[in-house]
Formats: sequence, structure tokens, C-alpha cells
Amino acid sequence: MAEEPILHVEKLSKSFGGVQAVFDVGFDLNHGEILGVIGPNGAGKTTLVNLISGFVTPDRGEVMFKGEEITRKPPHRIANLGLARTFQVMRPYHSLPAYKNLIVPLNSPRVRRTRGGKLGDRDSVAIDLLEEVGFERDARVPYKTAGSLPLGYLKRLELARCMALRPEVILCDEIFSGLSMSEISSLIPLLEKLKMEGVTLMMIEHRLRELFRLADRVMVMSFGSKIAEGIAAEVMEEPRVKEAYLGKEKTG
Amino acid sequence: MPAETRRKKRLDRSIKVRSEGLYGLASWREMTYLACPRVILIAGLLVLPLVLDMYWQRVLCAAGIYALLALSFDFLAHFVGLVCLGGAMFIGFGGYISGSLNEYMGWAPIVTIPIATVAGAFLSTLVLVPCLRLRGIYFAIVSFMLPLFAVYVIIALSLFGSTEGLSALATFPNSWVEQYLILVVVLVALFSVRRLVSEDIGLILRSIKDNDQAVKASGISITIYRIKAVFIASLIGCFAGAYLCHLYGWVGLSLFAMDFSILPIAATVLGGMGSLVGAVLGAFILTPLSEALRGFGQLRVVLYCLVLLCFILYKPEGLMNVLERKYHQFEKWEKV
Repeated sequence: MAEEPILHVEKLSKSFGGVQAVFDVGFDLNHGEILGVIGPNGAGKTTLVNLISGFVTPDRGEVMFKGEEITRKPPHRIANLGLARTFQVMRPYHSLPAYKNLIVPLNSPRVRRTRGGKLGDRDSVAIDLLEEVGFERDARVPYKTAGSLPLGYLKRLELARCMALRPEVILCDEIFSGLSMSEISSLIPLLEKLKMEGVTLMMIEHRLRELFRLADRVMVMSFGSKIAEGIAAEVMEEPRVKEAYLGKEKTG
Repeated sequence: MPAETRRKKRLDRSIKVRSEGLYGLASWREMTYLACPRVILIAGLLVLPLVLDMYWQRVLCAAGIYALLALSFDFLAHFVGLVCLGGAMFIGFGGYISGSLNEYMGWAPIVTIPIATVAGAFLSTLVLVPCLRLRGIYFAIVSFMLPLFAVYVIIALSLFGSTEGLSALATFPNSWVEQYLILVVVLVALFSVRRLVSEDIGLILRSIKDNDQAVKASGISITIYRIKAVFIASLIGCFAGAYLCHLYGWVGLSLFAMDFSILPIAATVLGGMGSLVGAVLGAFILTPLSEALRGFGQLRVVLYCLVLLCFILYKPEGLMNVLERKYHQFEKWEKV
């Protein structure tokens, strides 16, 4: 039998008013892999992240993390268990230096626990983390106010905020969106490094080419349902996926 | 056109001295620059009792009470994002607990004030916790109603002397104790809260106010931190209440009066939102002003409101923020 998946999602459903945002979605996330989640706008990808991370409570279904049910747990509990998420729209603390933004996760019970109750010098831990995600320390980028940073850095800051928790799983919500090609190519090695360190990633993405360079498997969503799952090249050939992206092929 | 040939130039003073690091201690000149405003504030407040007469000494004590409430209001509003109009509740809980311990148990103020401060803060926090889910104006409304609620509970159940209140409570031994107690507590509270907001907990509270989702996703329970913040604010407010009851040797329903909820807001607006010092300063300006205008009878309220209105319209950033800017920047006219 295969190893138990680190995250197991079963029949997850959520509707907002009359709109079925997510319908009966189920999938497994295996330890150490990168799963890409793609689909047209409004397919329910972000809602799926919100459901898993506890920001939205599902109508039905269950989410198991490391064999433990987390379906209706509040978001901060889930984060403390080691399941972190990024936000598509980041609102960092603008007037503070970038590294001060990491003081919040560094004060979480999870970090306190793993550091044996002693936090040590949080500022230097935060600056080290930022250096790890590509904030040039020599150029004093970690000390710049968060409000003055360009989008590329904000995305890294958001990733660093998750990494500060030393999570086992990170759900990335469109981390490439709005970035230039060169910014994306500098982010990719960082994500590969995370994978090497044993962090499992689920990435929601619209930038398919870049995603396929990273993802081991992809899952396609359309109108709230999962329509395909598997190796990227094979999945994209499926008629249903083509239909979701390009519309129905004219017959005749 | 002379207006266009000249413009005001603002230059920041040396960055070194304004940074929060150790650079500030590089020289005596810079240390004096940093210490000066603080020394003026501390010395100014501590000298006041020596130069004022009996009547104004009393006003000073009242100003101290309002200063504590304003500090508590500014802390909650600006750093936690809770607009709490429950000043009267803090005063009422602190006052009634201290007063009844003195009346029924016969304990001296030195015992009752600390007990009332802590017990009152617990009680206030307990009452406010269910309201923490509310945001913005809704929290303000509920916290504003709670004192009224307490008044009717006291009347309906004929508690603590009902509408008469409790009188002939122990007072302070002399006017020096009276004044210096409140002044020292105001200063200690002010500097403690200022320190607190720059520590991690303050940072977390401000982040919650800014973006609670990211804080939750960072594994921090926002409810727990909000409860801590409300407790700290209640401590400050309830001390003011306990002190007040022994200052006048009396507790009554007017402890729950609206003044205690409203004046701190006015003081904070005048002094400058979010500077904490501004709130305290505002209270020390508004309370005596309100006394000085007593001679105008009913017109007093009009003048009082006029002062506030002018501030909101022409200096919305508040006194303290303006002063701070002037202190930290050179201003000069230069030719274009």
C-alpha cells in the first residue's frame, strides 16, 4: 500500500447563496510533491484553498491533514498544525520594515513550541528568512518598509511569512500572478528548494507553462468541480480540459 | 506673485538620531535631543501640584482620571482597532468595586484600589469578550450601552445603595498623595503602553487591525490577543475608577456618566490619534479648559465644542503629531 497522503480532501462542497463554488471535490496530496491546481477564472480554486485552510467552513465533506480531521477547525489552529497558505492579495503592514512583518508568525505557538519556548532574536531570524527568499541583505532590502516594495518582493514576503511557520504543506494561491518572466524565473528555484526540503506544495496557478515546470501532478477544476487529475501533459490532452479552457470544438 | 517665488522647505533632522537603534546614544547632543521631550513632560506634570492652588489641584486630579481613560481609548482605537466607548464602564466597575470593599469590608484604599483595578479589569473584559466579534461602529455602540445597562442593574436590584450610592468612603491622607498618585500612575501607564505597542504583542495587535486574515494564517489566535488588549485597557480605566471613588469618598450612579466615555475621545482627537502622549496631553488641556469656561455658564459647552470643531477641521492630525513633526524637522522658506 502506498504511503498515506499528507492531505486528504473528500467530497468538499461549498455554495455561496445560489452559486456552487466548490462541488464534491476530492483529492490527495502526497508527501513531498508539488500539485498544481488549474482552471478557468471562477472555477473555485481560491475557495478550495479557503476551505482547506479553514477561512471558509464547508457545507459538506472533510479535510484530513496527517490523518487528523481539520475540517471545521479555525484557521490559526490549522496553521499551527503545519498547513500554511499564501494570499492572492497581500496586504502587508505597510509602514513597518519588511522583516517586522515576520514577527507575527514567529510568535505563533507552533514556532514557540519548535524552538523550545525560547524565541531568541526574532529580528535576526526574520532577516535570515527574508534573505533566504531573495531579499538582498547587502542592499538592505529587508529593512525597507513593506509599502515601498515592488510586487515581486511582496510575493516573496508572503512566502516567507508561511515559511516562518516551518510548515509541512504550503497552499500557494497564485503566487506567480502579476509577476514578470524574470521575477517568476527567480521564484522557481526557491519553490524547488522548498520541495527538496520536504515541504509539500499545492499551487494554484494561471501561468501554465511555468507551473508545469514545477508540478509533479496537476488537477483541473471547472465550475467548482474537479474535471481531471494526473500528469500535466496527459491532462491537457483530455477533451474535457480543452473544452473548459477553449470552449467546445465545433463538430462537422 | 510673492506666494509662488517662495516655498516652505521641510528637512528631516539627522536620521541617525531618529532611528530606534542605539545610534541615538552616540553623543550627548543626540541623547539630549531624544530625552528632552520626555523630561519636559515628566517634569512638567510632577511640578504642577507645587504651583497650583487648592481648587486647581482638584482639577488636576480629575484631569489625571480623564488622561488615563483617554490613554486607554487611544490604545484600543488606534492599536487594536476597537473603538471602545466604555470609559464609563471602566470607571463604574473600578469605582463600585473599590467603594464597596471599603464600605462593607472596611479595607483601606491602599488595598481596595489594586483589588478593584484587577477585579474591575477582569469583569470589564468578561463583559466585552462577547462583543469582540463586532467591528467598527457596532463595537462602539455596544460598549457605549454597557454602562447604561449597569446603571439599571444597580437600580433594579437596589445594589450598592441604589440611587443614593455609597458615601463617606475613605479618602486619601492628604492632597499630595492624591495628586502624586494619579500623576505617577498616568506617567507609568503612558510609558508602559508606549513600550507595549512597540513590542511583539503591539506589532501583532496592529497587524490584526490591519489585516486579520494574514494574522490568522500565521497561526495566531486573534481573539486571544484582542482579549489581552482589552484587559490592559480595562486595567488602566478601572484604576481611574477606583482612584476616583477614593478621591471624592463617594460612589454613585454618575460614575457611569457619559462624560467618561466622551471626553476621552475629545482629548484624543485634540491631542492626536495614535500618539498616546497626545491623548494624555489632550486630557490635561481639555479638563482645565472645561473648568475655566465654567464662568460662561451654558455658553461653556458651545465654546468647548468650538475648540474641538476647529481642531477637527484645521488640525485633524492633532496637537501632538504637529508638535512631533515640528520637533523632528527643520522648516525654512526658500526661493524657488
